This record gives sequence, C-alpha cells and structure tokens, in this order.
Amino acid sequence: VSVPTPYVARDLAASRGNVPHPSMFVRMLVRAAVLRRGRATSALLAMVVAAAVATAMLNLYVDVQAKLRREFRNYGANIIVAGKNGAALPADTFARVSSLLARRGLAAPFALVVARTNEGQPLIVAGADFDRVRQLDRWWLVSNWPSAPREALVGVRALSVVSPKKQPFDLSFQGHTIHLTPAGTLRTGAAEDSRVFLSLPDFVSWTGVRPSTIEVAANGSPEEVAAIMSQLEQALPSADVRPVRQIMEGEARVFGKTRSTLLAATALIILTAALCVLSTLTGWVFDRRRDFAIMKALGASGRLLNSFFAAEAVALGATGALIGFVLGIGIAAWIGRVNFHAPVVPRFSVLPIVLAGSMLVTLLSAILPISLLRRVQPAVILRGE
Amino acid sequence: MFVRLVYESFRRQKRRKLLAGAAITLGVTVATAMIAVATDVGDKINRELRTIGANLIVTPQEDSLDVEIGGVNLTPPTDGAFLNEADLPKIKGMYWRNNILGFAPMLPANVALQHGGEAQDTTLLGTYFARQVSFGKESFVTGVRTTHPWWKVLGAWPDDNSRDVLLGQRLATRLGNKPGDEIMISGRRVRVSGILSTGGSEDEQIVAPLALAQEILGRPGAVRRMYVSALTKPEDAFARRDPKSMSGKVYDRWYCSPYPQSIAYQLQEAIPHSHAEQIRQVAQNEGAVLTRIEGLIFLITLAALLASALAVSAAMATAIFERRAEVGLMKALGAGKLAVASVFFAEAAMPALLGGLVGFVAGGLLARQIGQSIFNSQIAIQPVLLPVILMIAVLVTFSGSAVAIRRAVGLDPVFALRGEL
Repeated sequence: VSVPTPYVARDLAASRGNVPHPSMFVRMLVRAAVLRRGRATSALLAMVVAAAVATAMLNLYVDVQAKLRREFRNYGANIIVAGKNGAALPADTFARVSSLLARRGLAAPFALVVARTNEGQPLIVAGADFDRVRQLDRWWLVSNWPSAPREALVGVRALSVVSPKKQPFDLSFQGHTIHLTPAGTLRTGAAEDSRVFLSLPDFVSWTGVRPSTIEVAANGSPEEVAAIMSQLEQALPSADVRPVRQIMEGEARVFGKTRSTLLAATALIILTAALCVLSTLTGWVFDRRRDFAIMKALGASGRLLNSFFAAEAVALGATGALIGFVLGIGIAAWIGRVNFHAPVVPRFSVLPIVLAGSMLVTLLSAILPISLLRRVQPAVILRGE
Repeated sequence: MFVRLVYESFRRQKRRKLLAGAAITLGVTVATAMIAVATDVGDKINRELRTIGANLIVTPQEDSLDVEIGGVNLTPPTDGAFLNEADLPKIKGMYWRNNILGFAPMLPANVALQHGGEAQDTTLLGTYFARQVSFGKESFVTGVRTTHPWWKVLGAWPDDNSRDVLLGQRLATRLGNKPGDEIMISGRRVRVSGILSTGGSEDEQIVAPLALAQEILGRPGAVRRMYVSALTKPEDAFARRDPKSMSGKVYDRWYCSPYPQSIAYQLQEAIPHSHAEQIRQVAQNEGAVLTRIEGLIFLITLAALLASALAVSAAMATAIFERRAEVGLMKALGAGKLAVASVFFAEAAMPALLGGLVGFVAGGLLARQIGQSIFNSQIAIQPVLLPVILMIAVLVTFSGSAVAIRRAVGLDPVFALRGEL
C-alpha cells in the first residue's frame, strides 16, 4: 500500500502560494483517483448507474410517446372525409388528400351503394382499395384477400344471404348485373359484416358511382392531427371533414394517463438515483478529510481547496455521465426491442441534460462535506477526532 | 458480547444508522410505490380504454342484414328477429358480471318526421341513456352514457321514462331545431331535450328512449342489438381456441379467463337466442395497447427496483467503510471473519426491517397519491405484499452490504488501525 502524504507534502511545499501550478493541480486530481482506486471506482459506479438509469428513462419518456401513438393508429381512421349530404366526392379528391397527407398518414377511399341479390334482398355493396384497407383497418379478419378482377370479399353475415355454399353469385344495381366470385370472408363484429366488398375499378365500372367517403388515419399529436384536418377542410371545400371522436378522445385519455404515469415513474427513479449518488459521494469526500486537513495545514487557500474538490466532482460527474449515457441508450434500446418490437432511437438531446444533472449532483455532494470541514481546525482532523 | 456490540453500535452511531435507515426507507418507498402502480396500472388503463366504446355486440341468433347507409336504415321495420328486453339484465348474473361496465340496447325504427308541412324519412334509434336496471337484489345504472362516452349533448339528456328525444346535430342544423322545440314524429308530438353530436351516423338520426321506439314499431320489449362494454384480458392463442374442442379442465380455465371470446360466450349463454361477438376494431387494438403499456410499466418498475437497490447498497457500503478502524480492532483482539461479518449483518438487518416497514407505508401513500392524481381512483397496496417487500428490503440491504463486509473482513488490522486504507 503506498502512502500519498509524502508526494502531496513535497509538491505542495515546492509551489506554496495561492496560485497552483497547473500540472500539480492535475497530478493531484489524477493521484487522488489512482491511489484510492476502490473508493473512486465505487463512486464512479454509482454515478454511472444513476446516469444510465436517468438517460434510459428520459429517452424512453420522449420515444415511447411516438411509439404509443403508432399503436393507436392501429385503431384506424381518425378523420373522415365525406361528400356533403351523402353525395359523391369530386373525382380528384382522393389524389388531393393523398398529396396533402404526403407521409403524415394513410387514406383509403370507399364507395357505397344498396344493391339487390337475385332474390331481391337489399344489401350494401362497397367499393374499396384493398391494399390500402389492409394497412388502415388492421383488425379486419379476412380469410383470403381478393386479387383477381370480379372477386369479392364477403362479410360473414352477408355470406349466408348471397353465397351460403361459397358459390359465385350475381348482384344487380339499377338494372346492371355483376357476376362475382367470393374470394374470402370478412369478420369485424361491426357493420362491415353485412356488406360485400369489391375492388374500386370493378365497383365503378359496374355502378358508375364514385367514392363518397375517404377514411384518413393521420399520424402525430392532437395538434398535428388538427392541423391536417384544417388543411383538408381548406383544400376540399365541397366535402365534410370530420374527426372520428370516438378514437380521438379515447386515444387522448389513455395516452395522457400513460404519459403521466411514465412521468411520475421517471421522476421517482431519477430522484432515487440522484440521492444515491449524493450519499455515496458525500461519504467519499468526507472520507478524505485527512487530505483536506493536510492541504490546509500546508497553507492551501480556501479557493484552491474549493476548486480542487469542485474539479474532482465535475470530472467524476462528467465521466460517469458519459459512460452512463452510452449504457442508458443501450437499456432504452433493449426495452424498446422487448416491448415495442421497434428500436428506441437514441436522443442526443438528452445528453446535455444528463451531463448537467450529473455535474450538479456531484458538485452538490462535494460542497456539503467541504463546508462542514472548513470550520474544523486541521489539527483536530489529523488527530483523528 | 455479540448483542452488546450491536446494541452499542446503534447507541453511539445514531446519525450513521439514521442515514442508512433513511436510504433504505427511500429505496423501499420507491419500490413499493412502483410495484403497486405496476400491478394496478393494467386495470386502470383498461378502464380508460373503455372510453373508446363498447367492445362486444349481442345480436339475435337469426339476424337479418343491417342495411343502413348514411344514417338511414333501409331494413324493413318488421324484418328479422329481436332480443327480449327483459332478458338483458341477466348479464349481471353471469360469471364475469363484475367486468361488465355497462351495456346499451339499440332499436332502430323508421319514422316520418313532419317538418314544414312535408314528411321526411329518418331513423329513430331507441336506447337506454342512464337507466336504472335491477337484477335480483342488485341494482345498477347503464346506457349509452356509459358505453358511448364520446357522445356529447347540447341541452339535456332525456329521462329514460320520458318521451323526450335527442336530435342528431346535422339533422337539427338542417331542420333548424333547438333544444326545447317540439317535433312531430309519425304522428306523435315529442320534445327535443338536446342536440346530440357523435361524429358518426347518429348525427343524422333521432335518439329516443327505448320504450318510445318500441311503441312506434309496435313491438313492446324488442331490442335489435346490444352494445356491451367489458373489461377484458388481451387475447392470446389460448383465447382463440374453440371451446367445443376443449376438455373439462382446459374449458374451465378458458371459461374463467376474461378473454373477449369467453365473455362473448357467456353473454350468449346468459341471453337466450343471442349471438355475441367482439367488435374487432375496439377489442383487438385494446389488447395490443394494454400489453404494450403493461410491459412498459413492468420494465420501468424493474429499473426502479434497481435504482433503489443501488441507493441502499451505496449507503450500506459507506457506513461499513467508515468503520474499518473498528474492524481492525476486533480482528486484532482475535475476532474471526465470521464474527466480524455476523456483527455487520445483524446491524444491517435492523435498519432494513425498520426502513422496510416505514417505506412500505410511505410507498403505499405515494401510490395512492399517484392513483388519485393521475387516474382519479385509488391504487391500493395489498397488505399481503408486506412480507415480500420486507424480505426484498433485507435481501437488498444484505447484498448491498456484502461487498463492503467482505472487504472489511479481509482488512489487515495493522493498516486498518493506522488508517492507511
């Protein structure tokens, strides 16, 4: 075991005075860390874990909101664009909606008519863009999506009316008859179950009716969705643009509560981690009261002592924060993979916060014991009392 | 001697022990609060998800097709089968009755609305708003105000026993009616108590108490379909199995799990001649969202446990490190490793138990506060958890002290006493 005292004494004697020699200052810092490896490591470890946990939580707090919003988009459309009083929409509406949305959401057009079966039973037939519907309405339970022309997707309740043995069937609308093959069945538990769906080209060539409704799933926060809505309203004066309140309000409630829970948990965890660092570091600095006393006895000024311990705290805080940041990003990414099956993007905007917080906590934990020790005579400390 | 060592250490080092105790208390508080929140958050979020609307629908077994377009019902009024209104309260007699948060029967009727001398065809939807229903000795309130919380009314909700109606927003704008107006529906004069806005097809309809719709249709006790809002468990592969193919024990397990499928199955049993099904848009996504949120909170609780374990072990390590001179003295006087270690462990157990107890109570209060401020409802901590929490507190304190104690035990008394470590 080496004894630090002689080095400190000799070098301090050489540069006595209030202005410390820069290399001496650095040497003291490095020596303090090297000679008390065990204690320095445990303090650093506490700092690293605290910074890692804080980074992970802050990163998750920011990222999880985007992830949850995406989960909610699986509920389908949150905006409906419809022709006024059930009229068909102008032909270019869908193209305008698509270009306005760009990458901010999904849209799917629907056209509806009441057709009749061979037995004269009325039935709602819808024209839809199946590729878009598959992305927009993920809860549709479909046995087989139609792919060829004149293939229909038949709701489970409509099936018993039009094609109980899954045989081809005819539908007529205003004197025009279409011959369809059922490609698969559809189950949603809602109105779609009593409908027959055709591809839009088949539907338009049969009925001549253009889409009357466009379902839009707009991504983003409530403000972003509201902005998209008002843009749609301006671009489409001949259409009704209305929110799907059921989805929007439910989403807002669940989302808000989850975020508050997350915030409370984040605050609790970061507080615990900070207090842990504070108690460890306070113990560490307090433990070095002998070094402090010797430096003071050899004539170091209060300013020098303060800056020495402050520099040490800041160095420890910064190192711990940097290592912890890397670790925390890893933890957040792991949680993202396990829970959301999607990586959590590292947020470097979190780094300055973690860095500043770490240095603040370490500084605070250095100041507390030092201000206690300053009032004590070095002789009392050195005598071990 | 052993007892005296431990006792004296507490008597003389009050400040130190208090600090260690405070660290343990804080750690246990955070851990308890997070465990309480994590165990309850699923139920709380599940209830919040119910604001998206009913997740199950009950229809007559032999049902005709719904032909409704733009809020206008094209189904012939007498067509198809009906459910019996008197059977509906039986829902509250089924196994998962406490998971049923509410239900709302629906009965559409085609009516002629007299306006400015001409008649206009519209759909009148009969339903419960907030109706007192009783089953056996139990009495409860149910209706669209529970199952469709996004419905907004300008004016007043009608009473379920009155002949007041709600007018859909777009219909009211077209007709120029306000709350308080009187309208003529199929020869009956009724009062409009409010204007209803839903964002859906009801905006084009008239919504009335169920009895009025039955009277117009001339079918007392008839209900076309019923929406049920139930707390369910996210569906998994087991939930999707066909109950008919299950053996006795497996069937019981399936029946007694609140999956959407098993609740639908029980609804079918409770209401004669009915067919119950999940509304997939609501039920399926609900499961996904719930699983994600629960998983997230679970992982965060692990992080909280880690952070609090760290806080406790850091405090213990510091406390033991400061007493290396004492260890040196004990060893110099001939104490073995076991003796030194057991003194420290005994000293650690006391603050661990006390801190654990105080932390448990404080954590319970904290969880309650979180529940109150975020969910407006209680998050109760189960007293059963106390021994578990205490055990965790002792375990964490011991494992946190272990490294420090191992180092203390391995100290060379000479260096320790000279204070050179």
